[in-house]
Formats: sequence, C-alpha cells, structure tokens
Amino acid sequence: MSNMLHIVNKSPSERPALASCLRLAVAGNSVLLIEDGVYAALASSSSSEQLQARGGELKLYVLEADLQARGLQDDELIPGIELIDYAGFVDLVAGHTVNQSWL
Amino acid sequence: MPTDSVPTIKRFMYVNRRAPHGTIYAQETLELVMITAAFDQHVSQVFMDDGVYQLKSGQDPSGLAMKNFSKTFRALPDFDIEDVYVEAESLNARGLQVEDLVIPVTVLSSAELGKLMSQQDVVINS
Repeated sequence: MSNMLHIVNKSPSERPALASCLRLAVAGNSVLLIEDGVYAALASSSSSEQLQARGGELKLYVLEADLQARGLQDDELIPGIELIDYAGFVDLVAGHTVNQSWL
Repeated sequence: MPTDSVPTIKRFMYVNRRAPHGTIYAQETLELVMITAAFDQHVSQVFMDDGVYQLKSGQDPSGLAMKNFSKTFRALPDFDIEDVYVEAESLNARGLQVEDLVIPVTVLSSAELGKLMSQQDVVINS
C-alpha cells in the first residue's frame, strides 16, 4: 500500500474536489491544501466538518504563502493542520510514493 | 545507465471527474489513456463526480460540431484497456444506473476505489 499525497487546489465552495478527495483518501494518506484550496483550512469553511472528521486518520497540511496571500490568519484555521512553506512542499512531494492533484 | 532492455511497466490510473462537452478535459484525457496504453503501460480508468456523464449513452454532440468521443470507449478493450471503474456514490447522486452507460463497468464504493487508487504508481486527475 503506497503512501499517497493528495493535493487540492480548489475552493470547497467552488468545486467538490476536496469532498471527493476525502471520500477516497485512505487512512495514513496526507492532504495538502494549496491555492484556492486553502479556504478549506478555515474553521469557518463549509467543508471544515468533513475535513476535521477525517483529521485523525489523515495528515493535513496547508501552504502558508497561499494563506498569507488571501489574508487568512493562523488562528482562523482548523486545529491540527500543519503550515508548510515551499521547501516543505518539496519535502512532502519527495516523501510520498504517489502524488495526486485533485484538479 | 541501466543496460536492461526490459521496459518498466507502471500502473497508471486516470481519474475522470468532469462532464464531457463543456470543456476539453474529457476528450484530452481519453487521448492520454490511449497514448499510455500504446507505451505498453497498465492503464485503468475511473469515472466519478460529473465524470460519470462521459459514459452516458445517447450522446450526440454533432450540433456542437464536436466529436462524439463516447463511442471510442467501446474500442478501448482492443487496446488492452479493460479496467473501467465507476464510483457508486457519483452514479447514484446523478440518478444513473449501469444500464445507462455506453460500456460495461465495475461499480465500486468510495472506500474500495480509494484502496485501488493507493495501489497505483501514477494517478492523474482531470
């Protein structure tokens, strides 16, 4: 069983990419939110319950530069999500056997 | 440099999540699927979300001056592309049955599909 990194770059209110990803992601997988996908990291987002429901079995990451660009603060995020920079992004990609972008 | 002449065969999974005619994604992905098979790689296809509409029978985009590529799906077994999976949840959410589709498919739950996805070498979404 591979360890997969799921990358989501769409806002949860624009497309069902994150919802679909969360339906299929297997326990132990990682999910990285980038670009408009970072809106899903907000505790107030419509998808936050779905995301937190699987937070215990998936590792959650969000790209800090995309949060900053959109004026989103660390204290607005769901608990347990890890902020990473671009170097961390590279490490994540290199550290997983398969990467999947939910375009 | 490896001198071994045995080609590497990887497991490629194409995940179709968009409806057929509004964008070019579906048609382009079908091209990719066939090219991948031409390189003797193992290819499987998944249809989920609005991607299940790609397989709906009775499509006729001639009025849009577009190709009815849904007919091509029937030819895929000739290219040794036999593994076609549809997510049950996506099918049900759209009121579709397997009888409504242009080719025979294997219907899997999200969990079953997720497991299968985790066994691939390359997963490409569109």
